[in-house]
Amino acid sequence: MKLMLKTAAATALITVAGLAHGSFSDDKVKIGVLTDMGGVYSDITGQGSIEAVQMAVDDFGGQVLGKPIEVISADTQLKPDIGSTIARQWIENEQVDVINGAVASSVTGAVTKVMSNAGKITLIAAPASHAFTTSACSPYNAHWSYDVVSLANGTVKPMVEGGKNKWFFITADYGFGHALESVATGVIEANGGEVVGGVRAPLGTSDFSSYILQAQSSGADVIALANTGSDMVNALKTAAEFGVTEMAEVAGLLVFTPNAQALDPAIAGGMKLTTGFYWDMDDQTREWSKRYMARMDGKIPSMAQAGAYSSTMHYLKAVEAVGTDESDAVMAKMKETPVEDFFSRNGYLRKDGRMVHDMLQVRIKNADERNNENDIFAIERVIKGEDAFLKLEDGGCAFALSQE
Amino acid sequence: MATFFDINLFALFGQLLIGLINGSFYALLALGLAIIFGLLKIINFSQGALYMLGAFAAWIGLNYLGINYWWALVLVPLAVGAFGILLERTLIRPIANEDHLYSLLLTFGIALILQGLFTHWFGSSGLSYPMPDELMGGTRLPFMYLPNYRAWIIVFSLLVCAGTWFVIEKTRLGGYLRAGTENPRLMQAFGINVPLLVTLTYGFGVGLAGLAGVLAAPIYTVSPDMGSNILIVVFAIVVIGGMGSIGGAILTGLAMGIVEGLTKYFYPEASNTVIFLVMVLVLMVKPVGLFGKEA
Repeated sequence: MKLMLKTAAATALITVAGLAHGSFSDDKVKIGVLTDMGGVYSDITGQGSIEAVQMAVDDFGGQVLGKPIEVISADTQLKPDIGSTIARQWIENEQVDVINGAVASSVTGAVTKVMSNAGKITLIAAPASHAFTTSACSPYNAHWSYDVVSLANGTVKPMVEGGKNKWFFITADYGFGHALESVATGVIEANGGEVVGGVRAPLGTSDFSSYILQAQSSGADVIALANTGSDMVNALKTAAEFGVTEMAEVAGLLVFTPNAQALDPAIAGGMKLTTGFYWDMDDQTREWSKRYMARMDGKIPSMAQAGAYSSTMHYLKAVEAVGTDESDAVMAKMKETPVEDFFSRNGYLRKDGRMVHDMLQVRIKNADERNNENDIFAIERVIKGEDAFLKLEDGGCAFALSQE
Repeated sequence: MATFFDINLFALFGQLLIGLINGSFYALLALGLAIIFGLLKIINFSQGALYMLGAFAAWIGLNYLGINYWWALVLVPLAVGAFGILLERTLIRPIANEDHLYSLLLTFGIALILQGLFTHWFGSSGLSYPMPDELMGGTRLPFMYLPNYRAWIIVFSLLVCAGTWFVIEKTRLGGYLRAGTENPRLMQAFGINVPLLVTLTYGFGVGLAGLAGVLAAPIYTVSPDMGSNILIVVFAIVVIGGMGSIGGAILTGLAMGIVEGLTKYFYPEASNTVIFLVMVLVLMVKPVGLFGKEA
């Protein structure tokens, strides 16, 4: 219904054939962007992700070894069946070489299966689940921006070490929430803390006051919000309204920049969280983000959107280096080249498909610290990639472990 | 249910009070729906979208026009009501005599369009509306901390509900209204302008949704999907109360808020299904709803 296959600004250049020594399927490189155009995740991905991928293509010059690079996109409406159907169509009828995106973990799971069976690469920039590089790993997955393990290690661990021992979870009652809660619980218990209670709130709960009251009576030091988007914003607002924030600390485990912007600094100021990217970190991030914002009506990029650019760029560089768009050769090259750009610091794509890079622990700024509406995070510390992500040997990704 | 006997009574009181707060919200929204269905026989699926519109109108008023919360409480329901009247005159009126399904589909389509437009204009992440200074803070009760704003919601929405019920059921104007929908021809013969009455009633019903939107803005995220999340629940409440029963909608709204609150305490995973469970049970035992009259 809403499936709009849009051929976005492909290069209209007439290609000079025969310059490249390698082989290219259908004489071009075609990137499919699967995203959420109108749903709850459309601000953190959506048009911004398409624009970020297009920007990478433009920055690359619009062609690789004389072959044009084309970008097409579609809306999954956050439904796994629609996602996998589009992926299949793209492979069979559109000669798509690589998919960037897929947004929700559920949709991504369906899409990566189709892609892996066809021997095509999926660049996974937005989803949180760590399954794509552990239990559901594939030689064709490249998981870019972050995952639940890095969020738990970045946010939870320092708090437990700082003496916040008793935790209460308000968890989104579906796969992502459960994964985040179980990973975070592992980190809490490994560091000597305990989980004193929790509730599982259905996705799209409008009123959190009942759960906040339960959290309050549990005597927890920290109320962990294992949800995201407007659920997270609503839970945090309610916590502040009921005076919980004076007794316990609230930790948002997955906060994207647009969500942080939707929060009143009087409520969210001081909250610590983990992110894979912040636009205002240094000159390099600012330079890229300003160019992105110029294309996106001044909206700042989320870590998913920045990751979409970074992963596309890394892919294109690998295609250029090996002189073909054949997936196995490209993936091998991607894994052997360090990922060092505005987005990724000390990054590399591990055998299991995890892009390990430095993560940031940030604090949401108070109103008096902000210079403008986009000035939302203060960077507290940099978490080394090796400390943030799950180790290869602990992930249980069979094909990667057998190569060790 | 072993936990049932060692529950903390204070915590239970807290949950009951919260249930009552949410219930008064439901009552306000269900009231608008019940009026529109009971008097006009329109199944208004755009009520949730108009609630969202009310919240956005409050936000726009504050950020672009300098209209504060208190003025928004007055002006936004009027504006949303006027918008509703426009919809009624241009789109709903032409199909007024068709089957209920047509108005249901039409208003559902309107809701989707409104939600899509606001997602396009304001994004999906939502906006933040500050709490009015006068209602900041709260009171520490023996069993819980009651924010002033929540207390205000209970008092204000119950007053609005009671006032509306009184006007429709007990006054001459309400009598005209009920008679006008019962037998429009006869009423017109008495010199009552029935089409005008119908239009104003529709405007009032959706104005209530706008009012609920303003009340919700300071405590929930103002986002395009806020209406679709709540609409189905409110519909279930109207069905449980008896389609078209004004008093039934109010009482059921409050009761379902409490039922939901208790479920959130005992078994949170079921909190968004419990109302539908009640609906199924009620429909099995009394198909016209708890307060509905046999047709």
